[in-house]
Amino acid sequence: MTPFDNAQGRPRDFPVIFDFSVPGRVGSSYPNPDVPDTPLEQLIPASQLRKEPAALPEVSELDVVRHYTRLSHRNFSIDEGFYPLGSCTMKYNPKIHEDAARLAGFARLHPYAPAEGAQGALRLICELEELLAEISGMDRVTFQPAAGAHGELTGLLMIRAYFETRGERRTKVIVPDSAHGTNPATAAMVGYQVVTVKSDARGNMDVRALREAMDGSVAAIMLTNPNTLGLFEEPILDVEEIVHRAGGQLYLDGANFNAVLGVTRPGDQGFDVMHMNLHKTFTTPHGGGGPGAGAVGVKAHLAPFLPVPVIERDGERFRLDDQRPQSIGKIRAFYGNFGNLVRAYAYIRSMGADGLRQVAETAVLNANYLLARLRSRFDLPYDRLCKHEFVLSGARQKRQHGVATRDMAKRILDYGFHAPTIYFPLIVEEAIMIEPTETESKRTLDEFADAMLAIAREAQDDPEVVKTAPHSTPVKRLDEVRAARQPDLRWKPR
Amino acid sequence: MTPRGRGGNVTTGVERRTQHKYIPATDAEREEMLRTIGAASVEELFADIPSRVRLDRPLRLPPALSDPELMAQLRAMADANVHSDRAVCFLGAGAYDHYVPSVVWHLAGRGEFLTAYTPYQAELMQGELQAGYEYQSMLCEITGMGVANASMYDGASAAAEAAVMAKDLTGRGEVLVSTAVHPEYRQVIRTYTAPLGLRVTEIPYRHGLTDLDAVARALSPRTAAIIIQHPNFFGCLEDGAACAELAHRAGALLVCAVAEPLSLGILEPPGAWGADIVAGEGQPLGNHLNFGGPYLGMLATRQEFVRRIPGRLVGATVDAEGRRGFVLTLQTREQHIRREKASSNICTNEALLALAAAIYMASLGKAGFRKVSELNLRKAAYAREAIREIPKFRLAFEVPTFNEFVVRTPLAPEEVNRRLLAAGILGGAPLGRWYPELSDAWLVCVTEQRTKAEIDRLVALLEGFR
Repeated sequence: MTPFDNAQGRPRDFPVIFDFSVPGRVGSSYPNPDVPDTPLEQLIPASQLRKEPAALPEVSELDVVRHYTRLSHRNFSIDEGFYPLGSCTMKYNPKIHEDAARLAGFARLHPYAPAEGAQGALRLICELEELLAEISGMDRVTFQPAAGAHGELTGLLMIRAYFETRGERRTKVIVPDSAHGTNPATAAMVGYQVVTVKSDARGNMDVRALREAMDGSVAAIMLTNPNTLGLFEEPILDVEEIVHRAGGQLYLDGANFNAVLGVTRPGDQGFDVMHMNLHKTFTTPHGGGGPGAGAVGVKAHLAPFLPVPVIERDGERFRLDDQRPQSIGKIRAFYGNFGNLVRAYAYIRSMGADGLRQVAETAVLNANYLLARLRSRFDLPYDRLCKHEFVLSGARQKRQHGVATRDMAKRILDYGFHAPTIYFPLIVEEAIMIEPTETESKRTLDEFADAMLAIAREAQDDPEVVKTAPHSTPVKRLDEVRAARQPDLRWKPR
Repeated sequence: MTPRGRGGNVTTGVERRTQHKYIPATDAEREEMLRTIGAASVEELFADIPSRVRLDRPLRLPPALSDPELMAQLRAMADANVHSDRAVCFLGAGAYDHYVPSVVWHLAGRGEFLTAYTPYQAELMQGELQAGYEYQSMLCEITGMGVANASMYDGASAAAEAAVMAKDLTGRGEVLVSTAVHPEYRQVIRTYTAPLGLRVTEIPYRHGLTDLDAVARALSPRTAAIIIQHPNFFGCLEDGAACAELAHRAGALLVCAVAEPLSLGILEPPGAWGADIVAGEGQPLGNHLNFGGPYLGMLATRQEFVRRIPGRLVGATVDAEGRRGFVLTLQTREQHIRREKASSNICTNEALLALAAAIYMASLGKAGFRKVSELNLRKAAYAREAIREIPKFRLAFEVPTFNEFVVRTPLAPEEVNRRLLAAGILGGAPLGRWYPELSDAWLVCVTEQRTKAEIDRLVALLEGFR
């Protein structure tokens, strides 16, 4: 808590950096010019010169340090506590990765440094491609996408280019009703019509519905496996056959790849293209919403369409190849979020084959353990073994006590945990999606389970305490409606 | 895949294993957890995976490395690179070697920020939300725009999203893109727009600047936007006001890409001369070169276009006790609500780099931001005038520039760079790979990092290359 939180009377607002500004104060140190002091008007036409300096805050270095340190104390992170945010894979982010990514040879390397001066970086990218190709069962991997959704865009663009090359006009993409919102949004960005196929009673894609939806106008199906219910798509081989028989392509949203590392490979399941969220499965830190890194693996028939450049190995020499006429082009500048490639590479090299397999096994063990501990007090819409995560429903609490999932999520914050993902997937009423990850100990899982059970009891015995939660966070429940109706998106002097 | 009865090497029951430091579960705890689950083995938990797709062998990966071994290997790879601490960097072209004050990553790198997720539980995440709001505010200040989002992937994809945004705002089907826009930005714009049927028409440059006559000829009632870069890819200062006027007269928008935001310390901001959308690269604002990423996509626009802006927006509101707080807002634009009708599919963004940019801008402050900008301008001007004096070297374009300029070299620019690298200098970008007519042209960048002595040394070396 900061001194600003408990002032007398109405609680004081926590200050913004601009509040510390005092005219004339400085927080940085730069030399005076060592080159001639030519009048600026001789260098730039007067009309182009900035008339009013940008109104950035005028603060000292300590003001900056203290303000952002205090802000960091008003945040919740994996470093501080358990973060069971389903679908987001909030596992521990090793500190050694940060040291590695900040080595000057990586952090201060210019993207247009000549290839002979970037051999170490190119080797790292090339070796990471080889490692991920083996782990995923795909033939080639690009690292240009900056995030999972960006990877989806890349994958669908390659599928589109593939069909164009074959002279086939396909207009639709199938997504299951349990899909991440990015899947349909991506399909729309690539100009495809989205066809939603429902899930069956076991939480799998409904094979009969798929068969009806599948025809020669469908370019691809976008599947998540294990899916967003945390369930392995049991009919995966039927799906593969139905889609491929109709000439479609199988896209895997690899957000949940961590559940099956070393157990099954998407390439062996028949997927033609997949993205891997290096910031989930391969533990690069999420940074409060990014940077991520969305590696995209493809089978050989899609390799000609990879974004340029690709990195090619000539023995122990590495080069960038942008002479690829069928390429979809570029989906961002340069080669991708290289800093995160360093971290993912370090992770795979420190885990090895046995370690990665233990990741999947332990993530699944932890999830099933939590499920076993919670299932008596919450509804469980799909009663199966789960993989790395599972989805409960708060419908019972809502119906019986008027306590919504949102309320229980806010109450969890009071117990010192981040909340699970809520209201997703959309097919589960009052959804509560829990992903513990393999890096959490049994002790932590037990503490969390105890808290969830306590909240279920509170919902029954003292619903108000849940409905008005959180009670211990830096601010109380925030008015989101007001934020949207009266947008205040930037500070302005009062 | 050949079926194997036991599904490969899934652990049967709990057997002795190597205890890994990132996986706390011990064998005894695994046993206990399995008992609670009611499963006999971990193997059983994977029973839903068809045996035909099970991997029946261990992954073929190199043996696991201990931390000291890992660090030694990574250090060796890092040391094989010529980075900007090892060579004197005159290379820019969309990625800039600026001084990063120590405070920036000491603060942005704190675990509380680094290991947090997108702030879905706002009450618990006021730190990063407020930092996002401060970033948006400062970005508005430097660009002169009304509203900014919380970040995009990088400058190129931000420019592409701006093109799509212009299409949605105007309902028109063509964008005019100056060839003086970064070639990689143009590639990305083409990639994003092609499947949407948005036509991209390139506008030639003349004397280093977007040819405004060609713009005037190309404008039509189909034009959604003109996209320029300022300072442009050649480092030259465009006449943004004239472009904006041309665009607006035709009912189109002006999108201004800013690859070097430090120019905004000294240049009149796009918001002041009529730009409708600013899409830029925030790497120069406190972020390292990182071999091209992670970088920071900046996107700012007019207040009235806020409901078409892609990506996250942080807004201020109040809590149940009337205290100011921050939330992600106007989310009905976004993919998790709107799905196929969203303004973009973007989800994960570059929040941490936006935080670093906020800390950087706050550290520099009103005076420092201008000072660094001016240092770039002055040092580049000094280098430009000195190189102009070298016999057989000449400037390609005689127009005002910021911290980059194009030189025509008597030797192939690639050969110039080879010789410079041998002398510990990272030379400029050869332009021939993007502009065949500029195969003897070399894009030199001089930031505040370069000293007069380094510039003089570059000039002395070039004099020997004739």
